[in-house]
Amino acid sequence: MITARKIETRAATVNVLEGGEGPDLLFLHSAGGITADNPFLQALAKSYHVYAPQLPGYGDSGDSDNIHDMLEVTLHTFDVLEKLGLNKPLLLGHSLGGMIAAEMAAIAPNDIDRMALICPAGLWLDDHPVPDIFTLLPREFPEYMFHDADAGRAMMAAGQGGNMNDPAFLIPFLVNNARQLGMAGKFLFPIPERGLKERAYRIKARTLLIWGASDKLFPAPYAHAWKDTIAGAELVIIPEAGHMVPVEKMDATLAATALKPSPSRTRGRGPGGGSAPP
Amino acid sequence: MRFTWFNLMPWPYLPDDFREKNRSVWVDIDQDLFDPEKCHEVYANYLDLLEYADQLGFDGVGINEHHQNGYGLMPSPNIMAATLARRTSKAALVVLGNSIALYNPPIRVAEEFAMLDILTGGRFVGGFPVGTSMDTNFCYGTIPGLTREKYAEAHELIIRAWTEKKPFAFNGRYTKLRHVNIWPNVLQTPHPPIHIPGGGSVETYDFCIDNTYSYSYLSFSGYLRAKALMDGYWKQVADRGVDNSPYRAGFAQTVFVAETDEEAERLYSEYAFYFYNRCLHVYPGFADAPGYRTIKTIQTGALNQYMRPTYTNMTWKDLVDGGHIIAGSPETVRQKFEDLIKSLRVGNIFLLMHVGNMPKDLCKYSTKLFAEKVMPHLQDMWPEWAEDGRFWCKPIANRAIPAPVDAALAAPATPAMVPAK
Repeated sequence: MITARKIETRAATVNVLEGGEGPDLLFLHSAGGITADNPFLQALAKSYHVYAPQLPGYGDSGDSDNIHDMLEVTLHTFDVLEKLGLNKPLLLGHSLGGMIAAEMAAIAPNDIDRMALICPAGLWLDDHPVPDIFTLLPREFPEYMFHDADAGRAMMAAGQGGNMNDPAFLIPFLVNNARQLGMAGKFLFPIPERGLKERAYRIKARTLLIWGASDKLFPAPYAHAWKDTIAGAELVIIPEAGHMVPVEKMDATLAATALKPSPSRTRGRGPGGGSAPP
Repeated sequence: MRFTWFNLMPWPYLPDDFREKNRSVWVDIDQDLFDPEKCHEVYANYLDLLEYADQLGFDGVGINEHHQNGYGLMPSPNIMAATLARRTSKAALVVLGNSIALYNPPIRVAEEFAMLDILTGGRFVGGFPVGTSMDTNFCYGTIPGLTREKYAEAHELIIRAWTEKKPFAFNGRYTKLRHVNIWPNVLQTPHPPIHIPGGGSVETYDFCIDNTYSYSYLSFSGYLRAKALMDGYWKQVADRGVDNSPYRAGFAQTVFVAETDEEAERLYSEYAFYFYNRCLHVYPGFADAPGYRTIKTIQTGALNQYMRPTYTNMTWKDLVDGGHIIAGSPETVRQKFEDLIKSLRVGNIFLLMHVGNMPKDLCKYSTKLFAEKVMPHLQDMWPEWAEDGRFWCKPIANRAIPAPVDAALAAPATPAMVPAK
């Protein structure tokens, strides 16, 4: 059972989706946003006490003119942690959310012990330029987001179906798009890279990378680049899954997220004060 | 009335199958379609036309800024204005304008506009567009959701640079300058008049009203479709309690003049179709980066003109009847312009007279007919506002005249000037 509540940070009113029993887990959503009925979120709530704050501009969170760049959204997310009274939760971030999680771990390495990054944004490889999501038309998204584009199309249509020529549908659609991607663009436009590579050496968190084998947004070379960027990171590649791996291969993603203790990979600092996830 | 002869400077060599084989005329247009030697001649022809318009007595000659665009060959209109400054003598140079959020630091615009103001002896009108999403976001990389904040900061800096008479420090988010003190500075006081190209956002209406700038709707879809938008502007002007001088507003209109309506269709339809079908073929994914428009503007339903249905199936009659273009005999054109000017309440008209791949001589024919047989009948509309000089330039009386070239020294270009291979 996921419920919602509002908290205030300096930057914005934040709508936090929350529920479940177990160790604390902070989930940072992708540029596509998250809602309470998200099946992955509901599944996480069976094993964790999940907190999923919506970024400013997303869902029922307020807009924010105080967030301009990567540093400000990172500090804002620490403010969210503080307001929620969380101490070293497991950090789980998908795509843009993974980029923010990694930035948090680089900025405050002693405050983030464990994180799982699901196909995070934040690196750029000249030989593998990522598609420009800001130019994609709604009908083009499934091709880039899913291993099975047809199934993805059906999934997206459930939330987005409507007649683009009808202002009653189009205007709210454009408003939603402008709020969400207007905010996400501050970190992802025109190139989704904000210098993390230069700061990643500071990261101490035990890091798990989860990747869909047929991710067409951030293809396989990005998975390996991330593994090379964060010392000691483990990489789990999930077959027959695209960028939306948490919804396409929910069970496999959940299993990977468990971050089972792996002494051989522990880097001497230990997992810190947080309770161990199952 | 102020009539500005405006040239977008389109590339006239887009192939017949351009639409079918290319996804966009803008942003990622195919480099193979460009030919610099042909562009050399295209530029020369377009500058000839602008200079011709000056000779015929148009109030202004106008140019604008676009990037990576097959219908606008002017990444830097200031360069075109600089060359026009020497070979025109009467018309205002209307640079509409510089996308001020794209210049780093934006005092570059303050400096270059000041230079143009001085070069022309105050024959200069400037413009500050936010810029289309194609130019501003996709070609120049400005973050959509921060574009307007960056624009506002650049605007503040430029106006202060023009009007404050002592060096000052400017601590902005996007620009930090310890010593702002542009030199040379503007000739007109307090600064050249500014026109703002807009597309229906309420914030832009207020920005124009607050700063006494003229609001210009630069649409390609014609005056009949502009009515609702301009009514919105005039309602805001009324609500704000300021005067309703028609010079607070400008409008761009595509126009073709011939001896008869039939001749207009025969002479010009090919070029109109070229423009509407090929030049406006913009990939919809480039039209409106999310965050570029404010929520308030989206909620008014003012959608980007590049997201509208295409013109592919339109006939000449459709273009004329829909008001996308005004075309016909001088009398037909005069009547329609009278209707346009009154219904939109505009004092500044930007005449799109060179269209698409139109040949130079044909454009001169249309231009001359407009200047001689249409314009004189329209010039005295809004007599009650004839003295309103707030939105137009104020040239100095004694302007320098370029010395004639010395015929003896100006030897014709000979093969000897071509470097040996």
